[in-house]
Order: sequence, then structure tokens, then C-alpha cells
Amino acid sequence: MAIIHIDGKSYEVKEGKNLLETCLSLGLDLPYFCWHPALGSVGACRQCAVKSFKDEKDTKGKLIMSCMEPVKDQLRISVSDKEAAAFREQVIGWLMTNHPHDCAVCDEGGSCHLQDMTVMTGHSYRNYHFSKRTYKNQYLGPFLNHEMNRCIQCYRCVRFYKDFAGGKDLDVFAAHNHVYFGRYKEGTLESEFSGNLAEVCPTGVFTDKTLKQHYTRKWDMTYAPSICQGCGLGCNIIAGERYGSLRQISSRYNGAVNGYFLCDRGRYGYEFVNSERRIREVAIRGLMDHAIDPGAALQYLQDKLPPGRTIGIGSPRASLESNFVLQQLVGDDNFYLGMSDAEHDLATLALKILKNGPVRTPSMQEAATADAVLILGEDLLNTAPMMALSVRQAVRKQPLQDAMNTTHVPAWQDAAVREAMQDKHGPFYILHIQPTGLDEIATRTYHTAPDNITRIGFAVSQLLGAPVAAVKDLSEEEQQLAQAIADALLAAERPLIIAGYGCGCEGTMREAANISWALQQKGKAAMLVLTTPECNSLGLEMLGSHRLETAVTAVLDGDIDTVIILENDLYRRLDRHIADQFFQHCKEVVLLDHLYNATAEKATVLLPAGTFAESDGTLVNNEGRAQRFFQVFAGSGVVQESWRWLLQLGAATNNARLKNLVYLDDVTQALAQSSAIFAGIDQLTPPADFRIAGQKIPREPHRYSGRTAMLANVNVSEPKPPEDADTAMSFTMEGYRGEPPSSMIPFFWWPGWNSVQSINKYQTEVGSSLHDGDSGKRLIEPKANGQAPYFSYSPDNFVPLAGHLMLVPLYHIFGSEELSVHTPAVAERMPAPYILLNPEDAQRYQVVESHQLQLSVNGHPYTFTVKTDARLHKGMAGLPVGLPGIEVVGVPVLGKL
Amino acid sequence: MEAPLTSDIQPGLSLDLRAYEALGGYQALRKALQQMAPQEVTALIKESNLRGRGGAGFSTGMKWSFVPMNVKGPKYLVANADEMEPGTFKDRWLLEGNPHQLIEGMILTAYAIQATTSFIFLRWAYKEAAQVIRKALSEAYAAGYLGNNILGKDFSLEMHLHTGVGRYMCGEETALLNSLEGKRAVPRAKPPFPQISGLFGHPTIVNNVETLCFIPHIVNKGAAWFQSLSRTGDGGTKIYGVSGRVNKPGAWELPMGVTMRELLEDYAGGMQNGYRFRGALPGGASTDFLTADHLDTPMDFTAVAAAGSRLGTGTMVVLDDQTCPVGFVHNLEHFFAQESCGFCTPCREGLPWTEKILYALEQGHGTEEDLVQLEMHTHLLGPGNTFCALAPGAMEPLQSALKYFREDFEQHVHEKKCPYGNHTH
Repeated sequence: MAIIHIDGKSYEVKEGKNLLETCLSLGLDLPYFCWHPALGSVGACRQCAVKSFKDEKDTKGKLIMSCMEPVKDQLRISVSDKEAAAFREQVIGWLMTNHPHDCAVCDEGGSCHLQDMTVMTGHSYRNYHFSKRTYKNQYLGPFLNHEMNRCIQCYRCVRFYKDFAGGKDLDVFAAHNHVYFGRYKEGTLESEFSGNLAEVCPTGVFTDKTLKQHYTRKWDMTYAPSICQGCGLGCNIIAGERYGSLRQISSRYNGAVNGYFLCDRGRYGYEFVNSERRIREVAIRGLMDHAIDPGAALQYLQDKLPPGRTIGIGSPRASLESNFVLQQLVGDDNFYLGMSDAEHDLATLALKILKNGPVRTPSMQEAATADAVLILGEDLLNTAPMMALSVRQAVRKQPLQDAMNTTHVPAWQDAAVREAMQDKHGPFYILHIQPTGLDEIATRTYHTAPDNITRIGFAVSQLLGAPVAAVKDLSEEEQQLAQAIADALLAAERPLIIAGYGCGCEGTMREAANISWALQQKGKAAMLVLTTPECNSLGLEMLGSHRLETAVTAVLDGDIDTVIILENDLYRRLDRHIADQFFQHCKEVVLLDHLYNATAEKATVLLPAGTFAESDGTLVNNEGRAQRFFQVFAGSGVVQESWRWLLQLGAATNNARLKNLVYLDDVTQALAQSSAIFAGIDQLTPPADFRIAGQKIPREPHRYSGRTAMLANVNVSEPKPPEDADTAMSFTMEGYRGEPPSSMIPFFWWPGWNSVQSINKYQTEVGSSLHDGDSGKRLIEPKANGQAPYFSYSPDNFVPLAGHLMLVPLYHIFGSEELSVHTPAVAERMPAPYILLNPEDAQRYQVVESHQLQLSVNGHPYTFTVKTDARLHKGMAGLPVGLPGIEVVGVPVLGKL
Repeated sequence: MEAPLTSDIQPGLSLDLRAYEALGGYQALRKALQQMAPQEVTALIKESNLRGRGGAGFSTGMKWSFVPMNVKGPKYLVANADEMEPGTFKDRWLLEGNPHQLIEGMILTAYAIQATTSFIFLRWAYKEAAQVIRKALSEAYAAGYLGNNILGKDFSLEMHLHTGVGRYMCGEETALLNSLEGKRAVPRAKPPFPQISGLFGHPTIVNNVETLCFIPHIVNKGAAWFQSLSRTGDGGTKIYGVSGRVNKPGAWELPMGVTMRELLEDYAGGMQNGYRFRGALPGGASTDFLTADHLDTPMDFTAVAAAGSRLGTGTMVVLDDQTCPVGFVHNLEHFFAQESCGFCTPCREGLPWTEKILYALEQGHGTEEDLVQLEMHTHLLGPGNTFCALAPGAMEPLQSALKYFREDFEQHVHEKKCPYGNHTH
């Protein structure tokens, strides 16, 4: 610790951090642009100048840039010093010489860091009376607008995009006062993290293009803290609504999960909420011409849920609450997890490894602290994109430490340490079916069949001392690779092993577990990440139940009359021929979902279920972290939460298990009591009766406007706003104005800090956790001193089967996920459906690129458009699973020519 | 009067290897490799009090001594031959006239810091120098002065010529290193200094051409000899230059510490007929004006600084009484604004602002308020406020012009035109 003196007052602070960060952590207001808590300091904007004094006698002092100044004991500075204040004001004056002053028509107006800093410095009078320079803007794809005239050249965009996220196609061009930030030519930004530019940019150069399609001033939205639905990582998001449509997703800081950022699927995949395909009315087949009110539907179903002949099919994309209520409604024995059997097996294995193994599964922020990484069969950028960002930071750790040792410069001196590091990377090995976007920073990559990845993983675990038999017939190259990986992992302190659902193979997960366990026994602080495909895959698995195929058997055997399907399209889980048969044998198919899909076509009763934006609930991410998401707005008309529909069904059928459950808290409490693994899940966030100073937490900023006029075209009397009986949040601007509990922050705002930069004010220390701790609760902790339950099965070497292709899954950040593809911007980024072959196989089967290939899968013919890549193992074919137009499910599966 | 750097240079000719050897060339290299440990070379240079001739005047031996000797991986030496300071043409003389002198100096320097790879970073416009250096490098390689096991010793050095693309910014050593790495020519944060983390993140020394050319002579003749060349405490000779409306503009190698008056009158032949001396930038475009009152200032690092300017590159740009000082400074600020790399705000936005004000003054559109804005810039674009020294350097001629030629600025405002009849379109 160090004592520093700021404007005559003494503070005890951490030594070695930069002064700007320290001042902000102390709650002082000091303007800045180029510094960012996740990106460090470069000293470009000169906005954070303060006066530094040698000692008590020094009255003259000199200006220093606080972001570039390491905190040392007895540092003596003044923020309020006249000369420093005048300099800071003039920095804004300079930045404003060319800024267009178009706040009134700028998307960022009112939530703009440049505006805030301008006000903070007191700059109010323009002395510059010459013409401004202007730029041409670029088309950057469906996600971002580009308005270069607003640029203040803080360099944050390229530092995030290139340095932090590894992007290649955004750069800084030209020099002096013509510096230009853009692409070398117009075109779609390629990075999976491009959307963060809208938050990283301190003004309106890069803005959210999807927001612009239905623009609303940021203070005019109703917000709620939410959890991303895009994959299994559970990034924290803020969702904003106006006039009943969801307008924008932005990152919600969580120091343990996603930090400051989001991936583009998470940020932009939200528009399915506003889709024209939404199920918004209750419908009963045969009564399609009648408007059915919910009461009538419930009455209709009253005698159609015979106990024992009614089954429920849950969903990995629905909340724990909804799944739990369905499970209770139909009874444990009649509840089936709505995953394909392949997904089910992987989820079961993942949960088993996490629960029974002695190694900790890290949060994304912990994962970023690893000093060696091994990925077995996972294309992170397409299956768990934000984890890829963590891996990128982890791979910097070793060279960063070396650079700090040789230069004696702290890590936050970003440009300096990057220069000293050059393009060195720490030990990082990727074994996957095909090349991935992280290969460029890997020590070594190896592309082969999933079984062979498993075999190499097995060999690594054996080399690390796992009590398993040696792998037979490993090639010399693979043996050497296994040795190199084992050596690198052993040389590290915090090795991280990653596997998951990415190649549809249990073996890679088992070996990842084996390796991490063996490393831990060698005394390493090993970490194990297993990705999960959907936002609640692990939560659903924790709830536990039967496989989907047993449901199919039961239905086909005629044992079942009614099936209740929760937020699920079974055509994505079952072979479509089986699904067709399944539905033929059901008397009643009750579907609760958001969008019309193939399953909705078969439903006899449709109940409009609220999306994440219209519901409260809890999700469990791949780390086992349970997180609460809050309803952003009340569903229009009869749209309501699935769990509420199901509770109402329970009441209509006098279900004893659901008796007394009415509100969300009732359900989470019942869930918490239902199983030890869910203990405490009702404590994730304060209960519905929580109040601060007698008040709820408002979802709307106090600047919210238009409330009395918004619906004046319908009724000149302002309607009563909806009430939220389930949570301690209100749907209006009324309520407690101060800082809410960290799990309930609907938006970040602080007096004088209208932009997202106000996050600083919510953190215990800048860049660290939120004031009352980062939200979420880990439901699984590693078994202390537990025996590692090593897996000992090793598959045989993959041998292509004549006349067959082994279909393996390929994932796409834009396209593989079910709901996000219903966002126009995301759909624009989707690839056309294809099948990927090794060129030798293509030649053998006499097809060329872009030609059609016919394959028989499970006895049914499918036609695919061919792409080729020599790096794909012969005898395999990559299939972009989940992509619209790809109907094969249950990959890996054998295809017959 | 000794002129070790230039006495062998013939106008219009370039000394080839044979001629250089005949004049005693590469003897210093032999001596060092045979008789001196690397640290001894550094100690000798330190003792000689050789100060960097690029403009900053930092002790060369001291700079070298910061290079860690026991590190793994490569070390680099770079000759800064990106001579782009307006009014400065001293290195060109050395580069074109005697390339082997530079090469020998570089090999000796590389030996002292145990660098294995070296670069000559040459201004793009020095086409002739590029040709001469290329030829000299191939001669030196052929003769075994470069390459593996130089002169049969356990010391190897590669030397490459790199021609820049014409950015003044590359005169700043860290921007030069970025450029050499293929990155944007923006300066780097210091610390770490290049001696610790320089080219490609490895220990690196960047020295000016003139500085490096002294090394063989100091190794041959010793520190005391080098000191004795000077009239003042700053050792050695210095290449001085004079440009402007003088009778004989040119460059001369003279003892450190000759006075401005000597330079102007004895060497440059005084002002041209009909022109009076009004002032001069003593060390290139980025130094403060000195006036007739300062003509007896010795041109060394200490005395010029005491007079309120900087020795800089030692090449004086003379302002006469018929040249508009506002137009003069406008021309300079136009250059500096254009050469700003655009990294830090005050330089990127402030310099074009001053340029525009000066242009407006010249056009007769200037106001009193503009003069206030100019003053403001000279105060706020000071050292430490900007990321590197470019903008503070750019403010030196402006602030001193405002001080010494204030009445000219005011005349522009009051008469709403340039009293010298300038229209700087």
C-alpha cells in the first residue's frame, strides 16, 4: 500500500496501479478517453492531466498524464490545480475543433462519454473559427454504423479490435489530423466481437446499427438486467425496450463472467423477440377461427392432462423455473429433457465431471488468468465466443510476465508491454476437426477426427501420470505432440483445459477431465472448462430426467395422450421422420414457445410464451453459475412466462405439487428445496418484497420521457403501468434512484456519467467486482481432496468406412443457434448451408465445390452443397449443425453414399 | 584546425573502401577488436563526453551503458539517418562523402553493445546517399568488415540499409523503431527505453549519423584528443550549417563552441547585400529564435540553452529583415502540422490550429484573439504535455517569434494584411 496526497488530502491506495485508475477508484472525477479499464493506458488523448509536485515545498509542479503515472508512496498531486484544469479543458477544445457537434442527431447523444467529459472539464466556448475536416464513412456490415466525422482519435477502437480481440480488418490509416479508423475498404467487419466497438467508442463513430433500425434515445428505454441466451456462457446483458419492442442489448458488467464485453451473437441476436413469427395468441387446432382467451384454453386443457398419460418435454433454452414447474406438473417420471440424445449424453457427462471431479471449472475471468491452454475438439469462436476472448488474454500471460520482468513496466502500460512481447504467445495447443480462428495464436494445432483427438488427449493424460493404460498405435507425430503438450502443461502453474460439445464427442470431454485431474495431482492449479450449447443446458441437466428417445418410445407405444412441450422445437432434437411419427401418435400437443416453428405446426394447443425479455427466471451457465434474468417488459396481450402458464395449468388441473405456487419467488423457493444442488438458488437476488428506502428499483432512467404521451393515441388518460409482483423492480421511472444490488442493475448511470463509462462508479475498484460482489451463484464446487474418477476408455484410431462419411458437427456463431437467426442482422451473416469434404473424398465421390452431394442418413436421403478443405480428415464430412437448411440432427452420425 | 569527420571528404566524390583504408580507415575497428573489450569501448566514449548530435545532446557513452550485456536474444544498432529537420543537411554530407566512416563507427558501436544486427535508417529523399551506402556495404561485406567473424574475431554483425517513406516523425528514435518494424511511425511510451526494449522488443541503440562517425576517431585518438578539439566543455567538433539570405550558405566542421557571429560572418560570409540579420533558429526548425543580441553565444549545448534556445542539429536558419516572420513561422508550422503522427491530441489538433491562425494572419484575417490562441498553444504544447517532443519543438520558433517579433504579428492584425506583401497561397 502507498499513501498519496491529492489536493491536500491523503489516501491509502494500492501501489503500482496507474494514477488515473486510482483516482477513479477513489471516486474522484477525472476525465479520460484513451484509457479503458480492460485495455490499459497508452497516453494518447492527454485528457487525464493532473499536476504533480515533487514534495511539500514544490509549489510549481508539472503536468503529468495520470494514466501513465504509476502510483508510488508519497505521490503528491492536484486534480483541481488551475493549470491542470485549463489543460484538460483545452484538450476538449482541441478535440472539438473537428467534432461535428451533431449530438442532436447522434445515436449516442445523452449517453456519450465525450459529452460527459466536455461538461466535466467545463469547456463551453468555441475559440476555433476555421473549417472542420470531414471524412467519408464506410459500410461495415449489418452490425455497426460508421460516422468518422465524430471521431476524436482516442485509438480505443483499434486497440480493442486488434490488440484485445485479435481482429484483422479494422485499422488506423493516414496521419496528423487526418487519422482514419476503418477498414482498408468497405465491407463487413469480420471479428466476432465487433459490436463492442459501439461501447468502447467514447462517442458516436461506431454505433449499434440494429438499434438504429428502431432507434430510441437511451434514456427512453425500459431496461432490465438479463442473461444472454446465445450460448452456454451466461454473459450478463442489459436489454432495453420501448413501445413493446426490444431495442438493444448491451453488455452488463460482471467481473466474474463477461467483464466489459459481449460477442456479436449475444449483442445482436435479440430481434427474434420482435419477430413477426412470434406466437402472440392462444390457439387451439380446430378452433383456429376463434379468438381463444387464456381462460378458455386452460379450461379446454383441464381434462386433457390425464396423470400418467401426459408427459412434459423441457428445454435447455428455457429457465430453470419453467422446466421445474413443467416437471412438477407432469411428475418426475413423465418429464423428459428436451435435448437430442447426443446432447443429453454430453450434458450428463459434463455435469458428472464437474460434480465428481476435483478440478475447478473457472469463470471466464479466471480462465483469462491461465498460463497454458489446451483445447480438445472445440471451435470456441463459434461455440462459446467470449471464452475465446478469455483464452486470448490467457495466452498473453507468459510473454506478458517476461516483458514486465525485462522492462520493469507494469502490465497496464499497454503499448509498451505489447511492444516488448511482440507476437510471442504462451503455450497454447488446439486439437480440432478443422482450423479455428484461434489457430493463429496457438503454439501448435492439429486437425484430425474426434476419436483421434480423444486418443491424443488420452496419451497426454497418461504422460501426466493419470492411472490409465497407454494408447495403442499412436503415430509417431501424435506421440510427439502428446509429449509436447504434456511438457507445456507441466511447465505451467495454472493450466487450462477446454473441451465441450464442439465435436459432439464424449471422449474429448473425458480426456480433458483426465488431463486436468492429472495436472492437479501434480500440484498444478489446473482449470477445466466444458462448454455447453444452450443458455440453460447445465441447469436442465441438473434438474435431471429421462432421455428424449424414451419419450418417443412411450408415445409410439401408445402409452401417452398428451405431450406438453416447453420452448422447444423437437425438429432440432429428433430426426424429422421420427418427430413426424411422434406427433402422429400424440392426441394433444401443447406447445409453449415464442416463434412459429416446425413443432408449432404440429401443436394442437399453442400457448404464447414470453421470451427472456418478457420473463423472469434463472439460468445455469457452463460454469455451474446460476444467474437471474429479469423481465424487461410485460408481454403484450396474453403473452406470459412459461412457468406462469404451467402454474395456471397446474391450478386448472388441481395439481397438488404446484399448490401454493403463484409468484416467481414461490417457484424458486420450491426449486431450492427440491434438491441439494439448487440450495440457495432463491438467494440469487433480493426477493420481490425487497425495498430500498421503501422503494422498488426502477427499470426506467429518471430521464425517461414521453410517458404521458406514448399511448395518447389510444387513450388520453395515461394507463396504469404494469405492476411487477414477481420482483423488486418496477416498470416505471419511479423508485430508488441510488445504486441497486449488483444482481439488479438495470442500467449504469451516475451523475455526470451518462455513458456506459459510469460502470466505474459501481465497482469496488475500477475493473474489479461490483460493489456488493459480482452476481450469480456457483452451484458446483470441485470435490475437495476427492479422488479423481479417471476415465479409462480410449477409442480406436479413426478409419474411414468405405462408401460412408462420418458426419461431424461444425458450428457457426451466426447460424447454429436457434433463435438468433431470426434477427435480420444475424441472418445476413449466416453462411449458406453446405457440407465440408476433404478434396480427396470429393474426388472419390465425383463432386466438386458447389456441386450437390446426396447422402443417406438413418435411411433417409439428404442433399448438400459441397465445400472442400484439405485440412478435414479423410472419411469425415463437416456439417454446419443447426444452420437453417441443414435438417440432419444427432451429428456425429454416419452418412451413406 | 582539425576536422576529423570531413577533412577527407572531397566535394562531389564519395570515398570508396580502398580510399578510406588508405586514409587509415578501419584501423580503429582493428584496434578495438584486437585490444579492447566491448565495455572498454563504451568507457572510452563515456570519457570522451561525446554528446548525441541528433539534437538532444545526450551522452553517447551513457546511452550505450544502459544496454544490458547479459541478455538472451538479439541486440540491435540503428543509425538514425532520417535527416528531415528543415534547414539541416549535415548528415547528408557525411553519408554521401564518406560512407565507410559511418559503417566503421557502427561496427564499433555494435561491438561495444554486442549487437549482431544493425540498420541504417535513411531518409527516403537521400537517393544518392542510398546508392553510395549500398555500394559501401557490399564493399565492407566483401572485405570481411561485416558478416560473420569480423576480422577473424568472435564478433559478427549484419548491416542493412532501410530507406524510410519520408516522415519527419521517424527522426524520433522510437517512432523510427516502429517504422522499421513495419508499424505506424508513432512514438513509444518511455520507459521502457530502447536500450531495454527497442527494435522488435530487444535492446537497441539508436544514434545519429554524425555521432556514429566520431566513434572511429575517438577509438583511434582517445578521449583527451576528442575533448581538445572543442572550445568548450562539450567535446569534439560539430558540423554547423547556415542557410538563409547569407552570402555563402553551407556546412562546416568546426570546434564545438564557435559563436553564432563567427558562423554567420566568418563562414557564411555575412548577410547578402541589402538584407539585415533579424534572427536565427540556431539548431534547425524546432529551436527558438535567437536575435542579434545573442550573436556572441558559443554554439554548444550549454550556452545556446542558456541563451533560451537549443543547439539542436547546429544548423542555423537565418531570418532577414525582408522576410515576414509570420510567414516564416507559418511555413514551419505547416510542416510540423503535416508531420504530426496524429497520436496525441494536443499535437494532432493544436498544430493545424496554429498553422491556420498564422495563415489567416498572413491573409489579413487575423484578430487579436488569434494572438491569444497562439500564445495559449505555445504554453500548452510544452514538453510533457504532448506524447513526444515534436509539438514542443514546433512551438519553439513560434513562441520566440511571438516574443521577439511581436510587432510584426500585431501589424498583420491592425493592417489586415501582411506588411511584407506575402500571399501564401
